[in-house]
Amino acid sequence: MNKSKVIEIWVGGFMLAGIVALFWLSMQVSNLGTSYTGDTFHVTANFDNIGGLKTKAPVTMAGVEVGRVTSIVYDPESFRARVGLDIQTTYTGKIPEDTFAKILTAGLLGEQYIGLDPGGAEDPLKEGSEIMITQSALVLEEVIGQFLFSKASEGDK
Amino acid sequence: MITRVLAQLGSVGVSALSSIGRAHLLILNMLAGLNDIIRRPRLLIDQLYSVGVLTILIIAVAGLFVGMVLGLQGYYILSRFGGETALGLMVAASLVRELGPVLTALLFAGRAGSALTAEIGLMKATEQLSGLEMMAVDPKHRVLSPRFFAGLISVPLLAAMFSCLGIFGGWLVGGGMLGVDQAAFWNGMQGGIDFSDDLVNGFIKSVVFGFVCTWIAIYQGYDCIPTSEGVSRATTRTVVHSSLAVLGLDFVLTALMFG
Repeated sequence: MNKSKVIEIWVGGFMLAGIVALFWLSMQVSNLGTSYTGDTFHVTANFDNIGGLKTKAPVTMAGVEVGRVTSIVYDPESFRARVGLDIQTTYTGKIPEDTFAKILTAGLLGEQYIGLDPGGAEDPLKEGSEIMITQSALVLEEVIGQFLFSKASEGDK
Repeated sequence: MITRVLAQLGSVGVSALSSIGRAHLLILNMLAGLNDIIRRPRLLIDQLYSVGVLTILIIAVAGLFVGMVLGLQGYYILSRFGGETALGLMVAASLVRELGPVLTALLFAGRAGSALTAEIGLMKATEQLSGLEMMAVDPKHRVLSPRFFAGLISVPLLAAMFSCLGIFGGWLVGGGMLGVDQAAFWNGMQGGIDFSDDLVNGFIKSVVFGFVCTWIAIYQGYDCIPTSEGVSRATTRTVVHSSLAVLGLDFVLTALMFG
């Protein structure tokens, strides 16, 4: 084999290895391989306090991811936070209208996500509908404050 | 006395400005040389071999060991907070965002950049470049341009290999030696690394570094004083200037991308 052929093979191998490395990084290391990119429908939910919820946080039912948080805005009319959720179309018509949305925390200090508990209504959630029953995030300071308050009122007795 | 100082200051300023001007004229010429490369891809392939393929070894070894050190250090710090499961995310995020592109560029400047400068400087000193000009061949298109594009293509690919091997090294140490849960290692990574925010930005960084490092190396070689001392000084300048440019640009790019 002449020298220029060897160089060509090496360069070909180099390019291939680089492209494989890029592909592996995108598929195995980033969220590209795992994220759901299909069609979704949009619903909203109003919370009194969203705590540390961020956009792109997962929306789960029974612990299984069914969608993502897409927008978080403050609604000055109702003084509440309006959270937009994108739910995968696979679940169209399968989530009852009176579903209960709550903000949960993964682990003790983990990221916050939205958990949906199905209700019992006949009508399902549709594009643009609003989740009426919500539960705010647990804010540690408020919990501690309540605890101290109840301790103090015990002491009064 | 004062006039002499002023004159010296002025000449330093003028020579710095003209050097910047020459560097930019050179880059325009090299970019215009893309035509010749499309007509003769052989030139590019030869340079990809000497610039890219010969750099793989140092990149691979450095990446593997940097990843292993990250795995060890990250484990000791994270285990204090009971967060060993975030080891994968920590290793991958630091490699993909910062260490991969920056260390690859620094190693590239040391391994390939200095070689480019010395090669081109010696071509100039032995009047090979003037010889080409005599034969009506533009050495900027024929000699410099393929080297430039080879560097521009090589650095992002090398950076990707660096990150891959680094993550592999972190996994070897974390998953193999220290017993971090495999599923948590990979899931934490996939959950925390965003394709467009982290990977694409890291890739853009490595393209920019490749551009700057190769540009500096070729400019220093082409612009050196054609003596043995001049070539050796130009080689040193290549490594110093490239490293400074990479580190400074990295801060600017990070502030723009992640700020």
